[in-house]
Amino acid sequence: MSVLIFSLFIFVLACFIGFELISKVPPTLHTPLMSGANAISGITIVGALIVAGSTGGELSKYLGLAAIIFATINVVGGFLVTDRMLEMFKKKEDDK
Amino acid sequence: MSQFLPDVVLTWLPDSIQLLYLVATAFFIRGLKLLNSPQTARRGNQLAAIGMLIGVIVTLFDLEIVSFTFIIIGVIVGTLIGGVLAKKVAMTAMPELVAVFNGFGGGASALVAWGEFARTTDVTTFDGSSLVTIGLSIFIGALTFTGSFIAFGKLKGFISGNAITFPGLNIINIGSMLAVLVLIGFFAFDPTNMTYFWIILGVALLIGVTSVIPIGGADMPVVISLLNSYSGIAASMAGFVLGNNLLIVSGALVGAAGLILTNIMCVAMNRSLANVIFGSFGGDGASSGALTDGDKTVRETSADDLAIQIAYASKVVIVPGYGLAVAQAQHIVKEVASKLEARGVQVKYGVHPVAGRMPGHMNVLLAEADVPYDLLKDMDEINPEFNSTDVVLIIGANDVVNPLSKTDPGSPIYGMPILDVEFAKRTVVFKRSLNVGYAGIDNPLFYAEKNQMFFGDAKKSLQALNEALNNV
Repeated sequence: MSVLIFSLFIFVLACFIGFELISKVPPTLHTPLMSGANAISGITIVGALIVAGSTGGELSKYLGLAAIIFATINVVGGFLVTDRMLEMFKKKEDDK
Repeated sequence: MSQFLPDVVLTWLPDSIQLLYLVATAFFIRGLKLLNSPQTARRGNQLAAIGMLIGVIVTLFDLEIVSFTFIIIGVIVGTLIGGVLAKKVAMTAMPELVAVFNGFGGGASALVAWGEFARTTDVTTFDGSSLVTIGLSIFIGALTFTGSFIAFGKLKGFISGNAITFPGLNIINIGSMLAVLVLIGFFAFDPTNMTYFWIILGVALLIGVTSVIPIGGADMPVVISLLNSYSGIAASMAGFVLGNNLLIVSGALVGAAGLILTNIMCVAMNRSLANVIFGSFGGDGASSGALTDGDKTVRETSADDLAIQIAYASKVVIVPGYGLAVAQAQHIVKEVASKLEARGVQVKYGVHPVAGRMPGHMNVLLAEADVPYDLLKDMDEINPEFNSTDVVLIIGANDVVNPLSKTDPGSPIYGMPILDVEFAKRTVVFKRSLNVGYAGIDNPLFYAEKNQMFFGDAKKSLQALNEALNNV
């Protein structure tokens, strides 16, 4: 089995897990869900770290640097703002 | 950082990294699962953030990483920008912010694929399938990048929210997408020819612009969800390029989540995804084509009159729309509701799935105003209750209560599920004027026998109502 096919297996199975996980989320949580999922898509930072930190030409390093900045904005901003939103939901629960 | 490790550890290092990636994946899946319920959602988000931290730290030990200067600079700059954006943003501007974050995520994935291609001195060592995934990654990432920023501009008002289009634009878009796919084939065949690469990148950036520009402001919730899905798929493609399972799995999870939300939004508007993308539907409400024919009379109400009506009602439903959020009137609504509750009036909120500018946006705005989330009712929950409702207060909402969607097959919103406010004993619409709504359609509800209009700025009207309630 080639690496591509192996990766494709993982990709398709993960899509199914994603559908199962998300399909029952109540409308109240759609916005936090979207911004939280958005933060997770910043996982591409892992690739950015490898590109920026490995040996390679100047161009690839600068591309890696830009990728790290972009992905970090996505990750840090995404998780923080989701937490800010969910904190508001949380507060009401404590009141009761 | 691997140079600091003893040799014994180094032999297991590659496997250990992969195993910890698996742990990070588990954190993501568990985190998304906990995001299913308001009680656990915050912990879910924190688990996902921990997963991300594990992924990043483990990667720093990757044998390929030898220099840390750029990594440190990049992480610091990104953290500062992202942190400030996240702390400063107003809850009403959440759709814009998510659009921006999406754009950066997609852009990062395209840059990773490009960087991976650029750091290889002899590109002929790539096999065909790797080159195809590099091409796809750049394609999807670049179009997510520009598309998200156009969506941001539309939400922010820098770019007209109207559907900007011309005949043949859809054909050009579809044609150029197919052309890029063919070019990716050529690129995989001959990676030394950089012309293919530049055309793929350039056209992908352009497609992001030309495919979002023709979509009307009313459809932005769908576009944001869809771009969210794209940014996930772009991350997944970057994972294919690097042979990194963590990226493949996480990207796929996000891609699936975005698709589900996109579908929910489409169902809520009774439109197919193709219709949203190619339909060029709806304006931003700037056009005021209100029909004021002689036979359409409206009944006006005043703060004092309305205060008496709701104070002696047994059940009041509030239908909030984006107009409420724009007027920053969530808090005053909550005050009015508290006064009513103190009098024993039952108060509920009927929230349409597309209220606001992204899925679930209105719920967040009301939560910010301390409205308990168990009073926020979905369309399916609240619709059977309108029969027994005395007064419905419709604040800054229009299209989601427009009965034309049931009666007029020629209307652009025909078939869209709406809140059945017309079954209540009385409806009161808070509105500046008789201007048409976001979708640019007149609303017969305004002229209905049982309806009263409360003209004026939503916030001022509610403040007057709040005052008047003190005197009832």
